[in-house]
Amino acid sequence: MPKHEPVLLKNMLQPGYTGSLADYEKTGGYQALRKVVGKVSPTDVTGTVMKSGLRGRGGAGFPTGVKWGFLPKDYQGPRYLCCNADESEPGTFKDRQLIERDPHQILEGILLACYAIGAESAYIYIRGEFVLGAKILEAAIVEARTAGYIGTNILGTGITANVWVHRGAGAYICGEETALLESLEGKRGLPRVKPPFPATHGLYNKPTVVNNVETLANLPHIISRGPEWFASIGSPPKSTGTRIFCVSGHVKRPGNYEVPMGVTFRELIYEEAGGMRSDKPLKAFIPGGASAPFLTPDSLDVKLDFESVAAAGSMLGSGGVTVMEEGTDMVWAALRLMEFFYHESCGKCSPCREGSSWLVQTMRRIVAKRGRMEDLETLVDLCKNIAGRTVCAFGDAEISPIMSTLKHWRPEYVKMIHEAEAANLIHPKRIMAQP
Amino acid sequence: MLKDKYQKEIDEILSRYPVKRSALIPLLYLAQQDEGYVSEVAMKEIAGLLRLTPPQVYETATFYTMLNLKPVGKFHLQICKSLMCALVGSDTVIGWVKTKLEIGPGETTADGLFTLSTVECLAACGTAPMMQVNEDYYERLTEEKFDRILADLKKDGTCSLKTGPFMWPEPAPAKHGA
Repeated sequence: MPKHEPVLLKNMLQPGYTGSLADYEKTGGYQALRKVVGKVSPTDVTGTVMKSGLRGRGGAGFPTGVKWGFLPKDYQGPRYLCCNADESEPGTFKDRQLIERDPHQILEGILLACYAIGAESAYIYIRGEFVLGAKILEAAIVEARTAGYIGTNILGTGITANVWVHRGAGAYICGEETALLESLEGKRGLPRVKPPFPATHGLYNKPTVVNNVETLANLPHIISRGPEWFASIGSPPKSTGTRIFCVSGHVKRPGNYEVPMGVTFRELIYEEAGGMRSDKPLKAFIPGGASAPFLTPDSLDVKLDFESVAAAGSMLGSGGVTVMEEGTDMVWAALRLMEFFYHESCGKCSPCREGSSWLVQTMRRIVAKRGRMEDLETLVDLCKNIAGRTVCAFGDAEISPIMSTLKHWRPEYVKMIHEAEAANLIHPKRIMAQP
Repeated sequence: MLKDKYQKEIDEILSRYPVKRSALIPLLYLAQQDEGYVSEVAMKEIAGLLRLTPPQVYETATFYTMLNLKPVGKFHLQICKSLMCALVGSDTVIGWVKTKLEIGPGETTADGLFTLSTVECLAACGTAPMMQVNEDYYERLTEEKFDRILADLKKDGTCSLKTGPFMWPEPAPAKHGA
């Protein structure tokens, strides 16, 4: 049995739980919706979520209730809710489990959010590769509609809430909320300049809230058990509740672990995930998905909450913890992530589009043992010229593997370059050639 | 023509959105499902259906990696090569395909059965190394498992080793027939 009481994964860990409407209702499902719809004012629902301290689980960690509060109160036209199920951050695979194993938990969260913000339409933007997840969600929507939870006049209250699944088609950037909206509008998924924010100018230029799957899945529990209960878990006051951390890489038991925020990386990696898969010691870990800077074993006792990880020089991000054992080539690891960012740069901003290309070429050259010492300066210079100069946070994300590995494992870069120099493989005229 | 064949599906898709253009990706998927890829003819037809210009459809279609603008094999093997899969052996898996099917990334076997692509993160990092074949995920790949997948796909067009709903902790390993 897990050491900590799971909240979001609780149902699916019960033997025989299928995720069907009947199973979900047996565990108290849709009681939160019944409790509030038509009975508690939407403002009070928002107030409850604010009081719980719930912060977005997609990466940025913005307080959910506050985000809802930004919607214009006197706006008469349509409003939209978008469930961000475009889980594409390398290292992260929690939303997939929530979608495939307990879809009604997410649907109930979506309906509660729709009620709180006054949205009559919600779209679940799911990454295109999750074909199974999309089918499961669609089947769950049909079940919920038949039972009267979705549609016009939900639970006989006269309130309308429709939910549709919209499949993406393979683009990491569509997880960024404004790129998601562009994609949902049938365009290339290019991020929009903010402001204006989606709260006022979102989908079809209407007030819109974009929330991550895990964020929405928390709502039924907050409504049912009260904001005080939620706020008492984790590392209050700023990091409340539990969080699903996805552990991958060189551990014995990779997988999703739901723990209260505030446990340490040591506890997560060595107790929950069973420690290192071989006898080799830990060399490095990424604390929050590919966008988060690498950390060293010195940070093992850092708490898994937003502030502590930021103070340690990284970020909690999407909760994807990737573990690397001694012997992992850190320059290669940084290159692998860089190749991801190069592939996924949407191309809207020159610093990111061009910069990622130069970064990946320089890194490939170093790994191919054709690097020069000046390359290290070039890398830092490029990174500095990308960070903070792009429309979305992708630019900042793409430099983190390089900057953090250069910070902690610079000797590995230097060693590779020295080997290149010793082998005399460098020809001045071949410097710019691709390996 | 898509319209003649899928009128009901098209109407249902259009009914989900207040703005027609939002139906673009779903309609491109419909075209891909029909022909195996998104042809120029289909893009022009979709442009007409959504009152867009063909370049507007083309610019969207070219942005997304899952929309194939040229034919692919009957089975599209997409192997994840991102760091998390690479740490536990995705390069080895790519090596198996190269040896067993004698194709490299971006190539299709002579019989038109298999196309290989290397892709970036498919959100299966905890069960790496993994690959997606058409709509199905295959995770925790081993050489033995991989051989069986290829053989089953060739023989039956499907394989029972494909992943069901994501489960953790995993249930006891199911006993597969020989």
